[in-house]
Amino acid sequence: MIYFDNAATSWPKPPGMAEAMVHFVNDVGANPGRSAHRLAVDSGRIVYNAREAVAGLFNAPDPLRVVFGPNVTEALNLALHGLLRPGDHVITSSMEHNSVMRPLRALERQGVEVTVVRCSPQGFLDPADVEAAVRPNTVMIALNHASNVVGTLLPVAEVGHIARRHGLLLLVDAAQTGGAYPIDVQADGIDLLGFTGHKSLYGPMGTGGLVIGERVDVARMEPLKQGGTGSRSEHEEQPGFLPDLCESGTPNAVGLAGLEAGVRWVLERGVDAIRAHEVELAQRLVDGLMGISGVTVCGGLDATRQTATVSFNITGMEPSEVGLRLDEEYGIMCRVGLHCAPAAHKTIGTFPVGTVRFGLGAFNTLEEVDAAVAAVGRLAQEAR
Amino acid sequence: MTNKQYAVILVYSTSYALRAEKVLAEAGLSCKLIPVPRHLSSDCGVCVRVKWADSESVLRALEAAQVEIEGIHEM
Repeated sequence: MIYFDNAATSWPKPPGMAEAMVHFVNDVGANPGRSAHRLAVDSGRIVYNAREAVAGLFNAPDPLRVVFGPNVTEALNLALHGLLRPGDHVITSSMEHNSVMRPLRALERQGVEVTVVRCSPQGFLDPADVEAAVRPNTVMIALNHASNVVGTLLPVAEVGHIARRHGLLLLVDAAQTGGAYPIDVQADGIDLLGFTGHKSLYGPMGTGGLVIGERVDVARMEPLKQGGTGSRSEHEEQPGFLPDLCESGTPNAVGLAGLEAGVRWVLERGVDAIRAHEVELAQRLVDGLMGISGVTVCGGLDATRQTATVSFNITGMEPSEVGLRLDEEYGIMCRVGLHCAPAAHKTIGTFPVGTVRFGLGAFNTLEEVDAAVAAVGRLAQEAR
Repeated sequence: MTNKQYAVILVYSTSYALRAEKVLAEAGLSCKLIPVPRHLSSDCGVCVRVKWADSESVLRALEAAQVEIEGIHEM
């Protein structure tokens, strides 16, 4: 069995992740931040430690500006809906996932102006095109750090400089890169970083959040929901400070226990070491697939400029059939189709058919890559 | 000679209390998170109890780490 669907969710998880969740359920269990007895404080401490781990990984100076939620989609919605107002202009790229594109299209109907900067057919973004799109009413640039379709890395730090120069906020969707590629919110000029726990942070599903930088005016930020926070209980108005402003209702503390363990594993192993391993895997995969007649590999074909996510097609065989046969005949699990990113597929020229996507992760091996390349080779031969 | 035993530091939320706890532990100052006494605030959250004798060093440590507090009270 070969698991190549890490771009959707990572599996397996590192040692200690499940154990941290079991420990929470069996030995802690209480509601964090709602009571002051010992188990409630222990529970709050676990959530706080997860905040610190995430802040440490992304070099965010203040753990209290790490706001947790169920996934990166909610984090991106919080940043976009929470900060953009009718009349504002926002710039994004044509490689975005629907988690950015759909909130932006909804905001567009409310009077927010949206410019989608076109990327190259390999998925690369020219920062000069972003700067050329800046208008007097531009307030934000919302950018995918790496495409979930072809893995192409977008020039976040360069765009960060542009954002600073023009006084704009930079929102980065780090769903595909958090934990797999170095991210330093201060050095890269990232004001808002959306992350998810269940991919390359190696935590469980149901965890994610938004890192909110010092340049974001929290007083202007509208939370997606209001409710109990365990603080300021005498007031019927939502507290104005972070993280409580954006964290109403009982959090997924059991999930956050697992997230902390996942992030600690990433920190222990080292993002640079994980990255080096994934670059090696991805280049071997790209080179192997490129060597098969009848296979078209999408993206930049250079592992140092992408994540370990590789999209391809076999001439004469639909992606859905490739996916089914890889699973049934070779035990290879991947994702086929449009990957919730129609704009990205239009950019690289694979809309509406889509692609076959191999999402490699820290636990994959060169042997698995070689076995998968051989399997694709046999399918390509049959398709001819 | 004072007979005051504890000082109670009120903070904005549990997250702040946990942050304060970490900062104080690193500074070698003992503390305990306790429910906010009703006579100090109607909040349902936690606050940070420290030894009265430590209160000045506690405030210095929290200020150095930029942990905002709502107030300090004797108890």
